[in-house]
Amino acid sequence: MNAPYNAAAPLLDEIDRCLIRATQGGLPLLPKPYEAIAARVGIPESEVHQRLAAMLENGVIRRIGAVPNHYALGYTANGMSVWNVDDAVIDAAGEKVGALSFVTHCYRRPRRLPDWPYNLFAMVHGASRAEVMAHVDEIRALLAHGFPGAERGHEVLFSTAILKKTGLRLRD
Amino acid sequence: MSEGLPPPRDPIDEIDRRLINSLQGDFPLSHRPYGVVADRLGIGEEEVIRRLRRLLADRVLTRFGPMFQIERAGGAFCLAAMEVPGERWSTVVAQVNLRPEVAHNYRREHRLNMWFVLATETPDGIEACAREIEQSTGLAVHLFPKEREYFVGMKLEVR
Repeated sequence: MNAPYNAAAPLLDEIDRCLIRATQGGLPLLPKPYEAIAARVGIPESEVHQRLAAMLENGVIRRIGAVPNHYALGYTANGMSVWNVDDAVIDAAGEKVGALSFVTHCYRRPRRLPDWPYNLFAMVHGASRAEVMAHVDEIRALLAHGFPGAERGHEVLFSTAILKKTGLRLRD
Repeated sequence: MSEGLPPPRDPIDEIDRRLINSLQGDFPLSHRPYGVVADRLGIGEEEVIRRLRRLLADRVLTRFGPMFQIERAGGAFCLAAMEVPGERWSTVVAQVNLRPEVAHNYRREHRLNMWFVLATETPDGIEACAREIEQSTGLAVHLFPKEREYFVGMKLEVR
């Protein structure tokens, strides 16, 4: 699952970059969206399909679809749980935590000692803070049972406002 | 753009829910993809488009289209955090959000109260952008690059 930074990164040509610029704001809401993109980029629609399929294949595009606004869907509480987990078991623990149904993102990141001792980040969404905290307690219990003594502290950072959410923007 | 918690909107109905859940999977690469989705849901192509337009306008959906993983194309994403003094909050929000590299930005309850994601076309761009934000704001930017991603799947059901 881990995207290797740069290692054997597939190179995009100028047409791919045009295609990214033409779609990074979203797909046209027209009956033939790929035809509209093809006209903008100046290539046949079949080539748009082929290039997007290739980018899906090599992972440059994760998926094509809708990104829901968690708040608007009733998941009004969003807690970034952060955990200080023994390096010896972090990857095994991370796989278990990521598999929990309420965890939407799960990453290993570097500690920033002395201020920041946490190396496991697990995003938890819920309908309320209480629901999020109950889920966080499930994570704590899972770590305590699966990896006794490996968890040395955690915190939950609740979000109180979305300040920006635009996604990727390539410069022109 | 600053925004509070849940935006006002019309309630979403059962068809909206099914539409959103079906669009979290792979959208077809075909000549009339909305028609393919419409057939699956048993509604018309025009209705799919009309509902999508409304869900986007009401911000029930934040976007609809390809989701790029720029690191697979030689670029990089990086989580970053800052401790922003309360009295400087709105100025710093504006300074940080102004940068096109800032893809998402959230306020969080912690000493580190601003958490954002930088997306750049080269890995060097992350460090450079962080240093520029430090210069413009006079505040430290902590970088938390992804060392490993654990599989989570797609599972946030609309309920």
